[in-house]
Amino acid sequence: MSFRKLSLGLAVATLVGGAALPAFAQDSVYVPLFTYRTGPFAGSGIYIADGMHDYLQMLNERDGGIGGVKLALEECETGYDTKKGVECYESVKGKNPVVVNPWSTGITLPLIPRASVDKIPILSMAYGLSASARGDIFPWIFNPPATYWDGMSMIVKYIGEKEGGLEKLKGKTIGFLHLDAAFGKEPIPLLNELAKTYGFEVKLYPVAAQDMQNQSSQWLSVRRDRPDYMIMWGWGSMNGAAVKEAVRSGYPMDKFYSVWWPSEDDARAGGAGAKGFKMLNWHSVGADLPALKDIQKHVVDKGLSKAPKDSVGTLLYNRGVYNSLLIAEAIATAQKLTGKKVVTGEDVRRGMENIKLDPARLKELGLEGFTGGMELTCSDHNSHSPAFMQEWDGTKWVKISEPIQPMTEQVRAQLDAAAKDYAEKNPGWPKRTEACDKAS
Amino acid sequence: MFYREAGQYKSNYKADMAIFPLREDKIGIGVIILAAYSLAFLGDSFLLQAVMIPFLVFSLAAIGLNILTGYAGLLSLGTGAFMGVGAYACYKLMTAFPDVNVIVWIFVSGFFSAAIGALFGLPSLRIKGFYLAVATLAAQFFLQWCFIRIPWLVNYNVSGALDAPLRTLFGVPIIGATATPQTRYLVVLTIVVVLTWLASNLVHGRIGRAWIAIRDMDLAAELMGIRPLQTKLLAFAVSSYYCGVAGALLVFLWYGGAEYDVFNINQSFFILFMVIIGGLGSLIGSFFGAALIFIMPIVLGIVLPAMFSPFGISVGSDTIEHLRFMIVGALIIFFLIVEPHGLARLWQIGKQKLLVWPFPY
Repeated sequence: MSFRKLSLGLAVATLVGGAALPAFAQDSVYVPLFTYRTGPFAGSGIYIADGMHDYLQMLNERDGGIGGVKLALEECETGYDTKKGVECYESVKGKNPVVVNPWSTGITLPLIPRASVDKIPILSMAYGLSASARGDIFPWIFNPPATYWDGMSMIVKYIGEKEGGLEKLKGKTIGFLHLDAAFGKEPIPLLNELAKTYGFEVKLYPVAAQDMQNQSSQWLSVRRDRPDYMIMWGWGSMNGAAVKEAVRSGYPMDKFYSVWWPSEDDARAGGAGAKGFKMLNWHSVGADLPALKDIQKHVVDKGLSKAPKDSVGTLLYNRGVYNSLLIAEAIATAQKLTGKKVVTGEDVRRGMENIKLDPARLKELGLEGFTGGMELTCSDHNSHSPAFMQEWDGTKWVKISEPIQPMTEQVRAQLDAAAKDYAEKNPGWPKRTEACDKAS
Repeated sequence: MFYREAGQYKSNYKADMAIFPLREDKIGIGVIILAAYSLAFLGDSFLLQAVMIPFLVFSLAAIGLNILTGYAGLLSLGTGAFMGVGAYACYKLMTAFPDVNVIVWIFVSGFFSAAIGALFGLPSLRIKGFYLAVATLAAQFFLQWCFIRIPWLVNYNVSGALDAPLRTLFGVPIIGATATPQTRYLVVLTIVVVLTWLASNLVHGRIGRAWIAIRDMDLAAELMGIRPLQTKLLAFAVSSYYCGVAGALLVFLWYGGAEYDVFNINQSFFILFMVIIGGLGSLIGSFFGAALIFIMPIVLGIVLPAMFSPFGISVGSDTIEHLRFMIVGALIIFFLIVEPHGLARLWQIGKQKLLVWPFPY
């Protein structure tokens, strides 16, 4: 063993490493993208990462950035691992990021208390801590467009309407298949509350994280209990496995509902039998909108994207686009509010609070009908937007309902309790000092 | 030339048995500790928060596992869970008694972990080797199950996660979002230095010799009057104590909030790799192992793009990630082949060569 060579090699490696930290120009806005193209969840992560990156890259190529300022995009690979996510956060912190989107509840939680200290707003789009919808308590955290409680109330409402009114749910059984983690357990209190109000019965089927791909015991119980409806709160490989098991155990697929995370691949896992599987969604699928065509033209065709051509317009790709749409809108709004071109994290926080996506603005952006209207305010960082139901027809997702309004009252009760609880458990949780902007 | 034994006379048994018998070694360790402390004032926040703090935390956990696996010869796969016990115990204690200084609770939380560790160490009297590893695997799954299912552990937090409320030491925040990386680092460093010093005294003393005797041949050790049950359970307790403290540091001084998933089986393997790569039965090996397994990927993440960019090749973050995996994996195999006794053995050989330098014999 040659120590000399080894130590020489190490010394060279350290020198090279120290001398080469990427620098960013001052006349650009730095947007780090936390992505997970590797690891156990890469199957969904790659689509999302491509969508997020390509939309912002398209703005760079087509419009020269936002408001004439280029966006400095940089991906940081988290592998959906909290450890690496926190490392990513530390590595981007010094470069004045205007927003951070952790794309994992596990990474979001440690960042929540840091956001206000480091002055970096956090956009956890429909995941993370639901209580952070309260802008008065969490001024730096944003989780639009809906919380999991909103999602649950929408699914129950939709089922109720199918039965001919929520009161018809009396005596029915609803099975709840969920990931046995904070994410999957969050809607349970609301579901129980609704069960009490409308007189249906709830059966829980928890799936431990390590058993995501092996759900035979849960589906055996489903077969025994024969619940009238099944609702799923899953992520990653759990969704595909559940669809497969549901088909195998002969569960009627048209009575199987999911929150907004399954992808095309998950539904496809069930083969032809998966037809009728339904899920909530809040944006359109497909690539025939002007902005998405621009992505094709300016980014994908020029070879600036990692995405294969046909992945543009898939469900999770568009989810990534939606995420970037919010980032871009927040930056644009911040520029309008402050009059500055190169905005900071503090400005973008204000911009985020004043996002107003109405049909007119969406049309202007080339995304007409991409999603419903959405508006964030100083106190409401979520907007509790309606989502619609879509159904798998064997090859693609088909929108089958009008937007469903969440049950605001019940959700509000859950939200307030959780936010109060969080603030109480954290004595010394800072009071909001950031001023509110007047609604423009 | 500067590092030699000649001329240093040991005039009593104490000097002969010292952990650092050479003057140069004593100076060396002093310089290392001094450098570590001065890093708090020289390093930037990325270096402290994302590299040094986790490195020290993992080193402490590796010392814990090394006591059990390296010194007492008991294989354990429950490290992650024992770290979790420390973290959850610390959370319960610091929220139930907010007036007591949190440093006290960090040290006390280790005792909860020690108790749980000793409990799961009971089967070690009858089963050995791989079978014991499976038994500790049960501890890992059972405790992880507890972390998810017992909402009392997180004070009925809706998110089911641990959070780090503001805590101070001498009026300076050390836990919570307002704590600076510098203060966090100093606290972690001090705790790690103190506990390493304690561990060093333990393993070089009567208890450590008993552990080594049990490891090398438990039947012979028993005949010599070492009680296997007490010795093994003590190894489990001390090991879990270190892991527990490391777990508390991990959640409160590094992450500042965490989900149960942090303490999963992967964490256990992560620490086990550090111990094996670093060197079984060596304290300094625990630090080497933590450095190789934790810091190496970070360094590669910075070095690799810099190495490609002069050639005009821009590589995506995912490619870097794949390269990191491959290079670290290859390095692990490389080190295991050239030196199966771990990096600590390399260090020892290096020191010996220096002692006789410039003459080879």
